[in-house]
Amino acid sequence: MSNHTLAAVIGVGQTHHRAKRSDVSMAGLLREAIDRAMTDAQVTFNDIDAIVIGKAPDLFEGVMMPELYLAEALGAPGKPLLRVHTAGSVGGSTAIVAASLVEAGIHERVLTVAFEKQSESNAMWALSVPVPFIMPVHAGAGGYFAPHVRSYIRRSGAPTHIGAIVAAKDRQNALKNPYAHLQNPDTTVESVLASQMLWDPIRYDETCPSSDGAIALVIASEDAVAKSDIKNPAWIHGTQMRSEPTTAAERDQVNPLAGRDASAALWKQAGIKSPIDEIDCAEIYVPFSWFEPMWLENLGFAEPGDGWKLTEAGETRIEGKIPVNMSGGVLSSNPIGASGMLRFGEAALQVMGEAGEHQVEGAKKALGHAYGGGSQFFAMWVVGADKPSH
Amino acid sequence: MTELGTLHAPLKVEFDYTRSLGPTLSGFMTGLKRRQILGGVLSDGTVAVPPPEYDGTTFDPITELRPVADVGVVQSWAWVPEPVPGQPLDKPFAFAQIVLDGADKALLHAVAVDSAADIQTGMRVRAVWADEPVGAITDIRWFEPEGDRAATVPGPEGEAVEGIIAPVKLAYDYAASPEESKFFRGLADGKLIGQRCPVCEKVYVPPRGACPVDGVPTTDEVEVADHGTVTTFCIVNVPFTGQQIPIPYVSAYVLLDGADIAFLHLILGIEAADVRMGLRVKAVWKPRDEWGTTIANISHFEPTGEPDADYETYKVHL
Amino acid sequence: MTRDVAIVGFAQRQMKEFDGSPTCVELLVPIFQELWEETGWTKSDIGFWCSGSSDYLAGRAFSFVSAVDAIGALPPVMESHVEMDAAWALYEAWVKIQTGLVDSALVYGFGKSSAGELRRVLSLQMDPYTVTPLWTDAVSVAAIQARSGLESGTFDEAQMAEVVARSMTDAAGNDSAIRKGATTADDVLAQPLYADPLRRWDCAPVSDGAAAMIITAADAPGFDKLKGNKAWITGFEHRVEPGALNSRDLKVSESTKSAGAAAGVEGIDLAELHAPFSHQELILKDALGIGDDVRINPSGGALTANPMFTAGLNRIGEAALEVWAGNSQRALAHATSGPALQQNLVLTMEARA
Repeated sequence: MSNHTLAAVIGVGQTHHRAKRSDVSMAGLLREAIDRAMTDAQVTFNDIDAIVIGKAPDLFEGVMMPELYLAEALGAPGKPLLRVHTAGSVGGSTAIVAASLVEAGIHERVLTVAFEKQSESNAMWALSVPVPFIMPVHAGAGGYFAPHVRSYIRRSGAPTHIGAIVAAKDRQNALKNPYAHLQNPDTTVESVLASQMLWDPIRYDETCPSSDGAIALVIASEDAVAKSDIKNPAWIHGTQMRSEPTTAAERDQVNPLAGRDASAALWKQAGIKSPIDEIDCAEIYVPFSWFEPMWLENLGFAEPGDGWKLTEAGETRIEGKIPVNMSGGVLSSNPIGASGMLRFGEAALQVMGEAGEHQVEGAKKALGHAYGGGSQFFAMWVVGADKPSH
Repeated sequence: MTELGTLHAPLKVEFDYTRSLGPTLSGFMTGLKRRQILGGVLSDGTVAVPPPEYDGTTFDPITELRPVADVGVVQSWAWVPEPVPGQPLDKPFAFAQIVLDGADKALLHAVAVDSAADIQTGMRVRAVWADEPVGAITDIRWFEPEGDRAATVPGPEGEAVEGIIAPVKLAYDYAASPEESKFFRGLADGKLIGQRCPVCEKVYVPPRGACPVDGVPTTDEVEVADHGTVTTFCIVNVPFTGQQIPIPYVSAYVLLDGADIAFLHLILGIEAADVRMGLRVKAVWKPRDEWGTTIANISHFEPTGEPDADYETYKVHL
Repeated sequence: MTRDVAIVGFAQRQMKEFDGSPTCVELLVPIFQELWEETGWTKSDIGFWCSGSSDYLAGRAFSFVSAVDAIGALPPVMESHVEMDAAWALYEAWVKIQTGLVDSALVYGFGKSSAGELRRVLSLQMDPYTVTPLWTDAVSVAAIQARSGLESGTFDEAQMAEVVARSMTDAAGNDSAIRKGATTADDVLAQPLYADPLRRWDCAPVSDGAAAMIITAADAPGFDKLKGNKAWITGFEHRVEPGALNSRDLKVSESTKSAGAAAGVEGIDLAELHAPFSHQELILKDALGIGDDVRINPSGGALTANPMFTAGLNRIGEAALEVWAGNSQRALAHATSGPALQQNLVLTMEARA
């Protein structure tokens, strides 16, 4: 039916994410990630067949289709270059497009990169440019998601400190990740609860930072892996994307159907029957702390209404039953367009055994997850230390 | 009946971007600040102005910068009969590729001449510098025919330029969809007009160019009440650029009676801390003489005083 | 080697000024409806959706998000978006079909160029540090390219005028064209220069529009119930060139040449070339090695309507229409993106008995 071939991540590279990377240009930021990924994959630009780049809205950097001017920095001249933009899920979607170029048998090695240099402008401004005729009540991403967090709390009956547990855990995890933006050793559940309420019910310490950063992956075919000296690739066991409208009558905005459909398809594709038992760790897109329990339910790690119980019981810590965001997650580093690919790349690092201090012991199968828009665009993959067996 | 067009309004997208430069561009901008143009030495030994950050063949970083003259030769050019805002001149001029003496690859910049007859390929031109260069490509205001003025002497070396500010000011004509336009025009008459999807029969307020479930335009008009239920909400307590409402304020999803979808509006007339899911609210309209074709005709929503709606009545709208 | 995929549906709208929202949902809804009627399919036959559009054209972040409404995306759909012309969205969809994960796709693009000042907005595609601060507009960049070709003798003014005259004349019968009517090269040359060396007619008119296309694998479950003809994709390639204008020879199009060579241009009898400026058609023709026996842009091409972010997909659609009509046995379609033909895509297709 098709030339479907296996694909694997053979190199991961990321920048040191910071509020302002004033030491580099946009191109320099990208190259920091690209050069590290290519070194990790033991390849040069000569080995790369195509480049897939992703980032969130062009208004963030004030450059229309910046990949055009960035062609040289990307090593793209003479090659195919694709630019993906699927809102906050873009980092995940971009990696999936890159993987599909290999899985389709079209290319041997594809470089994929995602970035955001948020310090060039102000995301709150870019996301809240007033639309004529409607009420200017919109207040950035936090303002958008806070009402849905409130709905989750009402629906699940979760205790109100669950969000703080997530924030404290992810910030502590970030201390084990030298690339993470926030490095706050003093963050505790109590300090999160004491931080200012910004978008009630979301507190300051429960929100993601605004970061400059980039991540790059090198994805290779089964043949290319065999020809390389890479002994620990992250095999791609499944990829899925689903979308639904931002608003629709009676659309479930707390537990969106698109996320449920995507994960159900993903588990099937990856031959997984019980995600919580078979997935060793997960990097999930959690830009506001409460989305950890919300997505645990959406992804099928817990029954609806029960996600917070895993969080409260400490099961999402690195040593727990289903470790979530070992890297510190979006709550600790958020270069928006790159945040999704960071989840995908960190999942790969875990099964490659290269996650350093935040490595989950013996991780064999990991989930990378991203979402965007009004909780309506979902992209996710499962990577494994072994080739898929089914 | 004459079909009215859609509602239009100007939309401005304006921001002063702050761009950090990295080593190559920092060198170039630092040179400009002292009226010295630097080219980058490419992998083939040629010199390009401005210096690219990465070589176009090897993709390696460009590290060697070399001074070139601020005079050179026009390699190709285009007449700009109708300049747009932000361009170097506000009267007709030429954009040209200029190979500066000492460089091999052309700089793209403006040439100030009175007409297209006054410029040709091969013509020699010189840079006209800003009185107070700041370290930006606009420190060269434009080029002009070379003449016989003395060559520019670069100023003393100063501090490195680490960043530039790049204003992007764009003006758009925003149009609402025909369905939304009906809604906004209804508001000018004090009415909240929704439309029903002909397939799923849900009432959308505002009406939609496409029912997001069925992909067909909403059609039958339905006037809905100006009171309803707060399904969920957020208390905004964060200041940001462009914000129009003083903080803290309550941004709430209001499910109007008769509608099948909630919409965002402002809640006042109650302490923010007392707003709750299920709160019954009614529209507070601005004085009629302030009405326009906008949802802002409703200043805000305030409590009706009725008992809160039962969770079961709105839980599918979360 | 690759999975057989055919273009089985195409619908479009092109206009000077679209009086509607920048999301273009109002354009997409009837276009999708046309596709269902044309193919006999419904949205449940579609395995993957992919679109192309630009936030800067619309003047707001996430402008593509509302377009999903036009699909009627509940239950949810497998969907993606490129910040590129929809021709590249078609490429992503074709790749997805090649993986075997899906069997069919609906690809769409939309853009309301008239919402802003297009040639000025496009200066945001240049280097943001050393070029965009001068607001080097898209027409000026193309005019510099034209002059480099004219003064080197690569092509001449008369050839450019012939391109314009043929395009406008051919567009006379195309309902979707904006600038059209029987025109001779002398008529063109009688027009005053605008952005010297370009005349206004050398530059595509600012255009709004939307377009959509359905492609499917031959072994898709719904293949047998499809109405209408098929145009089978035989080659699909794209390449990009450096961003720095001074590192490119603007008189030629290396990326088109290599994409064309990889896609295979042998035996084509028709070419739809996406040339928003008349001289660019001459550059493209040369890069692809297209002989004089090949019909070029019978639709009138981008010089007669150039809705940004769909005009490339439209070239593919127009070529497919000719294949379906039996007017072409083997056709080539091309799409471009970026300043002065920086990025180029070539798709070849053929009729099969």
